[in-house]
Amino acid sequence: MPIDFLYPEYEVVRNADRCIACRVCERQCANEVHFYDPENKRMMSDESKCVNCHRCVSLCPTRALKIVKTDHTFKENASWSGTNIAEIYRQAGSGGVLLSSMGNPKQYPIYWDHILINASQVTNPSIDPLREPMETKVFLGAKPSKIQRDDAGRLVNNLPPGLELQVPVMFSAMSYGSISYNAHESLARAATALGTFYNTGEGGLHEDFYQYGPHTIVQVASGRFGVHKAYLEAGAAIEIKMGQGAKPGIGGHLPGAKIVGDISKTRMIPEGSDAISPAPHHDIYSIEDLRQLVFSLKEATEYKKPVIVKIAAVHNVAAIASGIARSGADIIAIDGFRGGTGAAPTRIRDNVGIPIELALASVDERLRQEGIRNHVSLVIGGSIRNSADIVKAIALGADAVYIATSALLALGCHLCRNCHSGKCNWGIATQRPELVRRLNPDVGCQRLINLVTAWNHEIKEMMGGMGINSIEALRGNRLMLRGVGLNEKELEILGIKHAGE
Amino acid sequence: MLLEGEARIPSGCAISGIFSKTGEAIPGDVIVRSIATMHDRSNGLGGGFAGYGIYPQYKDFYALHVFYDDKTAKGTCEAFIEEHFDIINLSKIPTRKVASIVNEPLIWRYFVRPLHTKLEETQLEESEFTSRCVTRINSDITGAYVFSSGKNMGVFKAVGYPEDVGRFYRLEEYAGYCWTAHGRYPTNTPGWWGGAHPFATLDVSVVHNGEISSYDANRRFIEMYGYKCNLLTDTEVITYIIDFLVRKQGLSLTETADVIAAPFWSDIEAMEPEERERMTYLRNMFSSLLITGPFSILIGFDGGMMALNDRLKLRSMVVGEKGDRVYMASEECAIRIVEPELDAVWSPKGGEAVIVTLDGGAA
Repeated sequence: MPIDFLYPEYEVVRNADRCIACRVCERQCANEVHFYDPENKRMMSDESKCVNCHRCVSLCPTRALKIVKTDHTFKENASWSGTNIAEIYRQAGSGGVLLSSMGNPKQYPIYWDHILINASQVTNPSIDPLREPMETKVFLGAKPSKIQRDDAGRLVNNLPPGLELQVPVMFSAMSYGSISYNAHESLARAATALGTFYNTGEGGLHEDFYQYGPHTIVQVASGRFGVHKAYLEAGAAIEIKMGQGAKPGIGGHLPGAKIVGDISKTRMIPEGSDAISPAPHHDIYSIEDLRQLVFSLKEATEYKKPVIVKIAAVHNVAAIASGIARSGADIIAIDGFRGGTGAAPTRIRDNVGIPIELALASVDERLRQEGIRNHVSLVIGGSIRNSADIVKAIALGADAVYIATSALLALGCHLCRNCHSGKCNWGIATQRPELVRRLNPDVGCQRLINLVTAWNHEIKEMMGGMGINSIEALRGNRLMLRGVGLNEKELEILGIKHAGE
Repeated sequence: MLLEGEARIPSGCAISGIFSKTGEAIPGDVIVRSIATMHDRSNGLGGGFAGYGIYPQYKDFYALHVFYDDKTAKGTCEAFIEEHFDIINLSKIPTRKVASIVNEPLIWRYFVRPLHTKLEETQLEESEFTSRCVTRINSDITGAYVFSSGKNMGVFKAVGYPEDVGRFYRLEEYAGYCWTAHGRYPTNTPGWWGGAHPFATLDVSVVHNGEISSYDANRRFIEMYGYKCNLLTDTEVITYIIDFLVRKQGLSLTETADVIAAPFWSDIEAMEPEERERMTYLRNMFSSLLITGPFSILIGFDGGMMALNDRLKLRSMVVGEKGDRVYMASEECAIRIVEPELDAVWSPKGGEAVIVTLDGGAA
């Protein structure tokens, strides 16, 4: 139907003077944008297939390629943008739900960018991390309310099992299936080298990766894929996934096309069958049910591992977190509405949930008002883009952060937001062997180590500037933050003053 | 202008302490001479003293020292005190006119004992009951402020240079086995006398020099346990942390020092296994009570005194000994002025607690 025709969003610009028709672009593009025209002896492109992933641009030996946003346009209309119109044509043509990948790209406020960090001047000294120790080690887990002594009066270690992180950063849940074997291997090895943790997501744990168990968080989600006793015992902690920032309130769907070979085996479902995770856990219809699952998992692992409960940041998040803190969980993970995903309904990704900055501030404050902040650790994720975001998150009250989009970017992701197609040219969100091969785990692991190490240096510099030499003295230290361009209500929720105050 | 408690005011300071291990009564003018030597470390916007063993005749009663803005506040507060305590004795705290000390509030002293009936009703220990009553007065009764509430000890403080504050309160008329003193150098006018130091809760008093960078992390944690940081000062939050760790958690003072000025992880890793586990436990268990940034503090308590520096030793602190006397001060000159010939003098390391106690135990 001609109505359904949509002019491609991006145009492939090829500099004919530079192109040597080596056909690298053609070989590299799983979307089949580029092709050789033997008659005219030149490269051609079908830009309708282009997702703007930059694979061809990055590998073109003569820098002959670039991708530009098209200037083709609908008649300009503030309400009826080109995207709104195009989506209606697509749905009118297909009758289907729109799908998207990665985090919410819409123009909602980004509170990180309206928060500024303090530094010492005169009245107390800043500390130089190159000359003095600067500590970023974090322990996650519940703290008992009283100390205990033995008969001789010595302190007894009555701390329940927790996690020890050398850096306040962990890799967030991404399942084997949604991302590739090589991506998982990169994350697992990097987490081990960095002294932190990665998260299996709901895809089970490939048998090759059991060796990284001490740095692995194993997830139990509503589909229970890949969950068995050895799996639970393999990890350092168990995470119950109640929700995800990119798609609060709904489950997941890994298409049968991706359930092949080892993925089918790891998930413990037949090849080619869709892996559908229900929206709720069907054994958790209320908070008291959550408590039962928390303790079932603890029983199964003999109370040797901390349990994390992960939720999406939704309107009533403070009360929900308070309930979770009283349900035996050791750590609460909160995922903001900008968190990434391998696939989510567009409308849900773009309209459901709340910003993580506000969720974190209100949860931390509520737990303190209730006097139970020390019963749990708080880990937040969903849009941590750099080390300054981490410093701000910890000063607002987080113990540590989860990163996933940043980690994928380090592996080569160019945020083209087409994970759901399964044709990731960077070898990350794909299961096609010829594409997966493009991600070398040695290189991927090193790049992840580099990224987190660089961020940790920057965190130390910012801490030193504030005169803080251990990260626990930054946690919840909101006086170190000021807002800019925020209204009274926003400042009140964030619990910070405005710059100049 | 915002009063202390409505804004956070950074301060530099001088501190000094004198202790007699045999429990000899040291006259108050000795500590005044010591702190006066460090005149340039204060700027006339706050000075104060804490004396221990100064009320032997009332040693079994809580001595409440109270500032009142006006008679209405006094009336309300006295009604509250009478409702909760037996008042054994009450009087104005004796003062003399000093030209540089102005805008004085009404300053009263009450020796009290919690009412039996109230104690039974609340099922609280005597000390917790008293501490809660003081918190209530300070948070809820406008214009009334209890600045000292221990037994056989008392805090005396004002806006002014410490030597003037000492003369104002006629400290030469008191004698005790332990004295601490504070001269303050705030960046802003504190506006009222409650902002001066020492800061005390029950028998624990703290004088502090520094500006801690962990303030809000410490404050937001300790406020979960019934404390209210009304003054927004470092000294207030440090006092509450010590009260929480020692009185409520049952840690020793050394263990308390290991929490608030904890060794670095790199040092902990080099320790013997048992000590390593103990230190790791303390840092992990009370991680939100680690204090960072510069501080040197003197803590007075029933029967003892403790000095502690931040773990990087970003503030000066010297200890001197002569016979049964122990001196601790920001500068050596403050010790030499009252005891020129010392048996020993040294600078404790960052994070190293120096604790002295009466030979015969608590007073």
